[in-house]
Amino acid sequence: MQFEFDQTEPIYQQIADQLEDMIFTGLLKEGEQAPSTTQLSQELHINPATVLKGMRQLVDRGLLEKHRGLGMFVAAGAQAKIVEERKDTFYETYIKSLLEEASKLGITEEHLIELIKRGYQDGSIKNQSPE
Amino acid sequence: MEALKISHLNKNYGRQTILNDINMTLEPGKIYGLLGRNGAGKSTLLNLIVNRILPNSGTIKLGNDDINDNDAALTQFYLMSEVSLYPKHVTLKQMWEMADLSYGSFNFNRARRLLKEFDIQDENVKLSNLSTGLQTAAKLIVALSVNANYVFLDEPILGLDANHRDVFYQELLKAYEENVKTYVLSTHLIEEIQQLVEHIFILDNEKITVDADVDDLLAEMFVISGPAMLVEEYVKDQNVLGTRSLAGIKTAFVRGALSEEKEIPDQIQIKHPDLQQAFIYLTKK
Repeated sequence: MQFEFDQTEPIYQQIADQLEDMIFTGLLKEGEQAPSTTQLSQELHINPATVLKGMRQLVDRGLLEKHRGLGMFVAAGAQAKIVEERKDTFYETYIKSLLEEASKLGITEEHLIELIKRGYQDGSIKNQSPE
Repeated sequence: MEALKISHLNKNYGRQTILNDINMTLEPGKIYGLLGRNGAGKSTLLNLIVNRILPNSGTIKLGNDDINDNDAALTQFYLMSEVSLYPKHVTLKQMWEMADLSYGSFNFNRARRLLKEFDIQDENVKLSNLSTGLQTAAKLIVALSVNANYVFLDEPILGLDANHRDVFYQELLKAYEENVKTYVLSTHLIEEIQQLVEHIFILDNEKITVDADVDDLLAEMFVISGPAMLVEEYVKDQNVLGTRSLAGIKTAFVRGALSEEKEIPDQIQIKHPDLQQAFIYLTKK
């Protein structure tokens, strides 16, 4: 498990984001126990109140749940929930900044679509079949 | 456990004012940072709290009780001592026994374990025979094993190498987890303790100038950089603590919420500072 911190956001937010990422990528599986506040705090040298604040965010979003006396566990359906949330913000977080950068570089709409198609033809990224 | 409340505390030596109208509250079970530049009066403040020296005016109370000459209160406070306050030939084991005598229930097991963690061979070694870094380690071992609800660590990482600093951070959090108490870390070495402390006090020019949760303080501070003209225009009405320039790029350090209406030009980058940067600009002469 690897956590990295920078100055872009408060530490508790970064803890929440990175735990979310671990659930999203399947590093932490549903039903599995999440690292405890104590573990994270001692391992990362972060005040336990800060760690708790980060974890509480995930509890509030229904991604982690507290099993009394046992600790925090990844909630059933957590991964799907993250996927849904990220789909919702995909346009805002990725497409918009992509278009902004393209426009700064003078890349036209046709050229951009061309580039996206080329990305798929490269073969490294699989095109999802329509549902 | 009760809160420790300091009100209107003043201390001067002769005509020289050291502390001027200090007001602060320490809550039970939190880790605090007491930050200040060299000579800001951090050690004086800690010595006042543990009643080693007396204020010229003001009060220090634990709950409702004044701590002055109050043994019941004072045995809840432990201040990591300066080496010079120990008897000349004191051994580490004797330091533990002294702490056990004054505070009771000294955690000898933890002390022995920490001895190993800090790579000190023998509990019968003399404090004065250790290097500066290991003297700090020896004092930390006492501070982390003593039975007191308020533990004040004055320059806890003085001379410690990177491995031993690591041991200290981990062991502090471990001790805190096992037995929740209040720790106050007084230091001017801030970078590494930023994530350890929940709340900070900054002592500057005889006064407490910042009393805030670290998250809240950093959230309201900004580092704004970009082309000089754009930055100057953007920070015009803000509380600018300081600026730096490098080849036409200007960086401004700002405290206080940024205007919501003002549009941020594309070439301007806005970040939050880390605690060290924030400290530098908050305590600039």
